Amino acid sequence: MWRDAALVAGKDLRIEARSRVATNQIAPFAVLVLVLFAFALDPDRGVLSRAAPGLFWVAVLFASLLAVQRSFSVEAADGGRDGLRLSGLDPAGIFLGKAGAVVLQLLALEVLLGVFTALLYDTPVRGAVVLTLTCLTATLGLAGAGTVYGMLAAGLRVRETLLPLLLLPVVAPVLLAATRATEGALDITTTAEAWPWIRLLSVFAVIYLTFGVLAFGALLEEA
Amino acid sequence: MAPAIRFRSAVALLGRFPALAGVDLAVDPGEVVLLQGVNGAGKTSLLRACAGLLPVVSGEAEVLGCDLRKDRRAVRRRVGLLGHSGFLYEDLTVEDNVRFAVRAGGAPTGNVEPALARLGLDGRLRRVHAGRLSAGQRRRTSLAAIVARDPDLWLLDEPHAGLDADGRDLIDGLVHQAVAQGKAVLLASHEADRAESLAQRIVVMAGGQVHEKAPADVA
Repeated sequence: MWRDAALVAGKDLRIEARSRVATNQIAPFAVLVLVLFAFALDPDRGVLSRAAPGLFWVAVLFASLLAVQRSFSVEAADGGRDGLRLSGLDPAGIFLGKAGAVVLQLLALEVLLGVFTALLYDTPVRGAVVLTLTCLTATLGLAGAGTVYGMLAAGLRVRETLLPLLLLPVVAPVLLAATRATEGALDITTTAEAWPWIRLLSVFAVIYLTFGVLAFGALLEEA
Repeated sequence: MAPAIRFRSAVALLGRFPALAGVDLAVDPGEVVLLQGVNGAGKTSLLRACAGLLPVVSGEAEVLGCDLRKDRRAVRRRVGLLGHSGFLYEDLTVEDNVRFAVRAGGAPTGNVEPALARLGLDGRLRRVHAGRLSAGQRRRTSLAAIVARDPDLWLLDEPHAGLDADGRDLIDGLVHQAVAQGKAVLLASHEADRAESLAQRIVVMAGGQVHEKAPADVA
């Protein structure tokens, strides 16, 4: 399973490195979302710095939708899903590989967005450990749920418009918990208040990663 | 010797539609069987069912000793399907596509170079992205992946389509080589003359069923 996961993740990351969709489209889109929020909310009244955690995670959430859609659109071309089924790869390995590639892309994006958030919204980071754990657990949850629902929508003709409808309500707890935990890291609240939210993010990630490992084979057959 | 393919009254579904409506067919190792029939007769569905891509819901269906009704996944690593789709990733090079297929299938990576050379993809072409290839070059890349995986059963759907004269000869050579190695080949083709010269037996399909079986020299 782990060998297959590494193979699939390597393939997806190589495709992204060659196509540069993540760097030339998804990352600029996410930065643009942050800039638009900065225009919309007056920075002089301190609204931006208070809302920064939520705006950061909204931008990550939108970017994760694009990353998941991209992850499955490369399988839709030229019978890729049949190719994956014929490959003989362990479906759990395929799930972990695709989710792992999305995790790595999102983590890189979060570093970039973190820098832009600090610069645009004037939000110094004080709890680096809390922020790192928040990003890790939230990203695992987003990628796990995104890969499950991406596969669910993959076989449908209306997958591009359906995926956000399916995924956004499901990952709403991630948005809420990640925002609250990030507020702790940015001293908007205390770091002690962040830990319960990080635990919630961990539970969400474990649930969706476990469900994906167990159910991805059936989803792949039905797609 | 156990047959490579043994279907008895096999019914396979494409969604809710019975794409195969009670197929009886046996193909032995080292045998080339040609599927003929009009569009929609069930040739592609039969090839996909043999590859474990279509669920067989009733009857008996065994491929390479694996019962398709119990476990379709078991057979997939052991078959090579050249279908209408090439199963290629546009943003990967020819070599990367073949290498991924080989590693995913658990075949030795040492098979990659000879396969690329055999299909004429060992020069500059190996570093070209699949999205920039011509239809014939894409076909050759898909074939290289199959050759490198060295499957026990070859399933070829219109294998000569999109290929030039050299490519067609190449296909014929690969089929002869596979048969000489004791592998079974099931192919569907509308190119009657060329395909019939390859086949030892011809099976005519209509309405998702096998209607006629004949030795190639009789048909």
